[in-house]
Amino acid sequence: MAKKESTFINMVATLFIVTLVASTALAYVYELTKEPIEAAKLAKKLQAIDAVVPEYDNQPVAEMFKVAAGEGLDSLEFYPAKKGGEVIGTAVRSYTNTGYNGLVVLMVGVLPDGTIKDIQVVEHKETPGLGTKMESPKFKDQFKDIDPSQVVLKVKKDGGDIDAITAATISSRAFSEATQLAVDTYKKGGDK
Amino acid sequence: MSQWKNFAKGFVKENPVFVLLLGLCPALGVTSTAINGMAMGLATLFVLLMSNMVVSLIKNFIPEKVRIPSFIVVIATFVTVVDLVMAGYAPAVHEQLGLFIPLIVVNCIVLGRAEAFASRKSFMSSMIDGLGMGLGFTFALTLLGSVREILGSLSIFGFKFMEGDGILVFILPPGAFIALGYLIALMNKFKKA
Repeated sequence: MAKKESTFINMVATLFIVTLVASTALAYVYELTKEPIEAAKLAKKLQAIDAVVPEYDNQPVAEMFKVAAGEGLDSLEFYPAKKGGEVIGTAVRSYTNTGYNGLVVLMVGVLPDGTIKDIQVVEHKETPGLGTKMESPKFKDQFKDIDPSQVVLKVKKDGGDIDAITAATISSRAFSEATQLAVDTYKKGGDK
Repeated sequence: MSQWKNFAKGFVKENPVFVLLLGLCPALGVTSTAINGMAMGLATLFVLLMSNMVVSLIKNFIPEKVRIPSFIVVIATFVTVVDLVMAGYAPAVHEQLGLFIPLIVVNCIVLGRAEAFASRKSFMSSMIDGLGMGLGFTFALTLLGSVREILGSLSIFGFKFMEGDGILVFILPPGAFIALGYLIALMNKFKKA
């Protein structure tokens, strides 16, 4: 069969049909994958929350509320974990833009008395092998079970109490900063 | 050319990464671990296979002057399908590969095979070509990812076989170039022998 002539009508009609078929197919796939994608996102969020607060029996994601973090900053998301109606901990989704490659997002678990239970890194683009070590227990456990009013959440270079990761001071600084922001914002409105 | 030769050329003789040096952007960008390399390779394999098949089927209905835009639409459709399916069913891998999945659209192997092969050859040959090239690409990326993971993190497919940190540079971008360079050199050595 000979190739079609490149006349104006032929070209327009061909492109129209090709794009029409393609977009129809995509719309179908989109509908098909919409639910799994939502579920995967939710599962990821829940995983981070589960890791930083004590065992709960409510739906922290459904009860999420936002607290203003201060001028020029996005408000932070608070996920309250409750047991028998009593708040037993709050997962604070905190962030900073001062990571080595910009955005670092943490999930900070704060207990009702203000101590930090644990921290999970949710999102980051730090250097593999260097900045990514902020996910390792060696660094992260410095923040575990501490009372933020007793510990200065800054790396030692900046006069704080945190041992920075070797060759990743900027990432360590960003991690401390995001934690501090979570603590400050929690003081403002975490007990609501 | 027999179909077997057509299939096998993607591995050694015309391996997209080691010989044609095509698609190096994802090849260098995502291969910091063997799993990432393999996932990227498989995603590209799917797109390559599907687009080669579709292009060879519709080639006679496409006027010469709009063939490239039409092929791009076909390729972009399959890439979006891969992107959505991965986001839904393999979120962890999807997050690691991130931007590189949508970028398969502009991967020169995919358009290259569509334009240089599928738009001229039969359906059967195009399908086998897509499969061979895709597997060759997957093989190359998995190999590169394995080498970098072994040297850089002392693990393979996420399984740590030795304590310690490894040679950090192999996880970073310069290590990708170094590893690829040595693999190409080895490949050439074996081809001559």
